[in-house]
Amino acid sequence: MKNPLDSVTGTIVSGIVLTVILYYVVRNFLIAIG
Amino acid sequence: MDIYLILDRWVHVLAGITWIGLLYYFNFVQVPSMGKAKADGIAADIVPKVIAPKALLWFRWAALLTWLSGFSYLYGLGIAGDAFMLKGNASIIGMGAWLGTIMLFNVWVLIWPNQKKVLGIVEASDDEKAKGARVALLASRTNTMLSIPMVFFMVAGPHGVTLFS
Repeated sequence: MKNPLDSVTGTIVSGIVLTVILYYVVRNFLIAIG
Repeated sequence: MDIYLILDRWVHVLAGITWIGLLYYFNFVQVPSMGKAKADGIAADIVPKVIAPKALLWFRWAALLTWLSGFSYLYGLGIAGDAFMLKGNASIIGMGAWLGTIMLFNVWVLIWPNQKKVLGIVEASDDEKAKGARVALLASRTNTMLSIPMVFFMVAGPHGVTLFS
């Protein structure tokens, strides 16, 4: 599998996907138990 | 105290624009253009010899100033501990702060030392230069990727109650 960071498009898509994942981590795990 | 926080935040945003602006310049403009410049036989030396060292100078010091002013701002608000411990509502800005901290590490520990080899600022063999270029590129691309959620959490902080409920 190609490394998504080898292309600008892959880098941006990875960043957006990571944003969604971290949003749910913060909302459901960190704020909820904080 | 308010005036201190306002000035601190102002410096933080200005330094952050300088840092992330140059990061995007490297990733969206300079790196993709260098391959084409070399292939077309255009004078590509100006970038590694003149432009990149100057851009990296602003880049790495703006990164440090962004982090220091950001930490100082959180400290002034009295939430630096909760933010970095990812506690409660402070975990929103805390997530942004941690992403920024990882990015600062990448700048000073991975990108800058390897770019010094690539640009010939320090002695390095051709093999070391090739490896250094790969590490610097991946660290720079990692920072570009991390900047997307980092900015989201930075701007989401004040809207936490509605956005994260």
